[in-house]
Amino acid sequence: MYKIVKKRPLAEQIFLMDIEAPRVAKSAQPGQFVILRVRDKGERIPLTICDYDREKGTVTIVTQCIGVSTHLICEHNEDDYILDFAGPLGQASELIHATDEELANKKILFVGGGVGAAPVYPQVKYLSNRGFKPDVIIGAKSKNYVILEEEMRAVSNNYYITTDDGSYGFKGMVTDKLKELVEKENKKYDLVVTIGPMIMMKFVSLLTKEYSISTVASLNTLMVDGTGMCGACRVSIGGQTKFTCVDGPEFDAHLVDFDEAMRRQNMYKTIEGQKREELEKNHKCKIGR
Amino acid sequence: MSTKIPRVPVREQAAQERIKNFEEVSYGYNAEEAVLEAHRCIQCKNPRCVKACPVQIKIPEFILAVKNKDFAQAADIIAEDSSLPAICGRVCPQESQCEGSCVLGVKGEPVNIGKLERFVADWGRKENYYNPTKVSTNGFKVAVIGSGPAGLACATDLAKLGYQVKIFEALHLPGGVLEYGIPEFRLPKEEVVRYEINNVKKLGVEIETNVIVGRTITIDDLLDKEGYHAIFLGSGAGLPKFMNIPGENLNGVVSANEFLTRSNLMKAFDPEYDTPIYVGKRVAVVGGGNVAMDAARVARRLGAEVYLVYRRSEKELPARVEEVHHAKEEGIIFKLLNNPVEILGNEKGWVTGMRCIEMGLGEPDESGRRRPIPIKGSEFNIECDVVIMSLGTSPNPLIASTTPNLNTEKWGGIIIDENTCQTSREGVFAGGDNVTGAATVILAMGAGRKAAEQIDVFIKNKFGKK
Repeated sequence: MYKIVKKRPLAEQIFLMDIEAPRVAKSAQPGQFVILRVRDKGERIPLTICDYDREKGTVTIVTQCIGVSTHLICEHNEDDYILDFAGPLGQASELIHATDEELANKKILFVGGGVGAAPVYPQVKYLSNRGFKPDVIIGAKSKNYVILEEEMRAVSNNYYITTDDGSYGFKGMVTDKLKELVEKENKKYDLVVTIGPMIMMKFVSLLTKEYSISTVASLNTLMVDGTGMCGACRVSIGGQTKFTCVDGPEFDAHLVDFDEAMRRQNMYKTIEGQKREELEKNHKCKIGR
Repeated sequence: MSTKIPRVPVREQAAQERIKNFEEVSYGYNAEEAVLEAHRCIQCKNPRCVKACPVQIKIPEFILAVKNKDFAQAADIIAEDSSLPAICGRVCPQESQCEGSCVLGVKGEPVNIGKLERFVADWGRKENYYNPTKVSTNGFKVAVIGSGPAGLACATDLAKLGYQVKIFEALHLPGGVLEYGIPEFRLPKEEVVRYEINNVKKLGVEIETNVIVGRTITIDDLLDKEGYHAIFLGSGAGLPKFMNIPGENLNGVVSANEFLTRSNLMKAFDPEYDTPIYVGKRVAVVGGGNVAMDAARVARRLGAEVYLVYRRSEKELPARVEEVHHAKEEGIIFKLLNNPVEILGNEKGWVTGMRCIEMGLGEPDESGRRRPIPIKGSEFNIECDVVIMSLGTSPNPLIASTTPNLNTEKWGGIIIDENTCQTSREGVFAGGDNVTGAATVILAMGAGRKAAEQIDVFIKNKFGKK
């Protein structure tokens, strides 16, 4: 059992939680993820690590209530326990292997969207700690969905917010902002790291390919065990099949077959939808009593 | 006299019924049946069955006790060599081990050793007979990686010798393949697997779940920081193989590991559980091993029409005879001497069928089995919405890739010294599927036991007595 030592809302339906998991906190690196299970009949849910505190032995995760399982996570409060919390899983970001000299000569831009801002944070923080603050673009539906703004500003060089409806920051998509930075402001980037919805990463990748900027995408595929056992997370990278859980989650975005990845992500959507409906139905019943 | 008694048949759930549930297929023997079957054993002076058993259970002795209706004694005899008898009695390939070498089998039918073992183990459980207790500790610590059959067997023997043993398990439940791989209807989880694992715990063995060695901690952490005197790697072979044919990443193509993990470990067959599983109307399972049979039979129970596509003939099927027999009874359609060449899909990327080619059998290959050869121009399509690839597995590279100087074969298997079970790293031992490639529960247990013996020798030589 893993204790939730802190919970705070970041935006509508989005929560941050610090989970007590000393072993995971000790080994976690930026770019890695965990798998958790909330209750005995629950799924194994992969979530990218948002932060970790080796001394306190806690790992920070951010969840948005979108499916049955994430809903169940969000229902938990401080001092509640999470049944299982395993990790860190996947390869750490390549950046942790770079020397200071390499980092000094590299202009890096992070592009995150939605809750994808959460997994962007540990990488930006890591670089900032080494003295190389990168630029960051974070996209959100509207002002109410912007998360971790303060934290991110503190560790980034230039921090840009875009909202779909223009209620905050730049009005438009992250790709529009990226275009503006490169084409109008003549920013030169050597590396783009993108984390967020598949569709966003696809379009970021298409754009950076035009600009010939090396790009890394962190894929959030379906997973069951997360240790290389099931192969549910198969993705095509340059025509070769890779397992996101052990070979990734970060890949060369220009080699990722995003259309296939998006299609595979939806494999259980109908079943998930049915279960969600059932859950909501049961929920209402209880309230009505 | 004894040989005149025909082999006592085993009562089973009728095929038409069992394809609608996940309850156990075989009911096993009751006391009367077991005693009668025990009378068939002729008590060979030089029993070949014992030599053929990977953990060398004293078979004639325990059968004699059953014959004398002293089931407690029978249980004691088995417990000397096996901590998982209710599991082995259910999943061992007896026909190629103990029963395969039974003298009675030369002219007639061998003694049903497997079902007798199961009877004794089930008796012990129901009577609450087993009550393993902790041995006083000798002060040495051993870490066991993986709580599957190899790890459990190794941990049991070491605990009995007084070692402080901790098992590290990557998943949220202990048992390895017993939990994620073998279906409920062949091996009940709560009743049998949990119970036998609890018996191992009663010996003082600790199990820590959710620890992925190679990620959460490393082998060097365990040796240097956590003070273990030796380590046993029983991490199994968990990496699924695919065919590398077109269409393999279509929606609806899954590995048998994924399909079975969803159904067994995550209980997706039970609507109360959150994990989804998809079977569609028609499923094609590719492969001919026990895992393929398991996947096919799970899919059948989930309501699908199931084809089993295997490239060789029935004679070469690597699955246990009993599993093939049960699969056929349950209406699995065997498409033998067929090999997939492509998986077909619709414009939305979902599986619609599989293109296969007929195979003929040529000269025997290095495995001794006749080599399947494609017959030109014989391609045909099977309609299906799900394809389950059951082509075997290879060892997970997580441990090897994070342990400096741990030597492995090209295919990923960990290299050990045959006599000492030690890897290229001092104090690090290995056994089971991560050394041999995918094999059986009992072979893994045998390897775990042998390693336990060698770990004892190693620690005593290196550290002396505390």
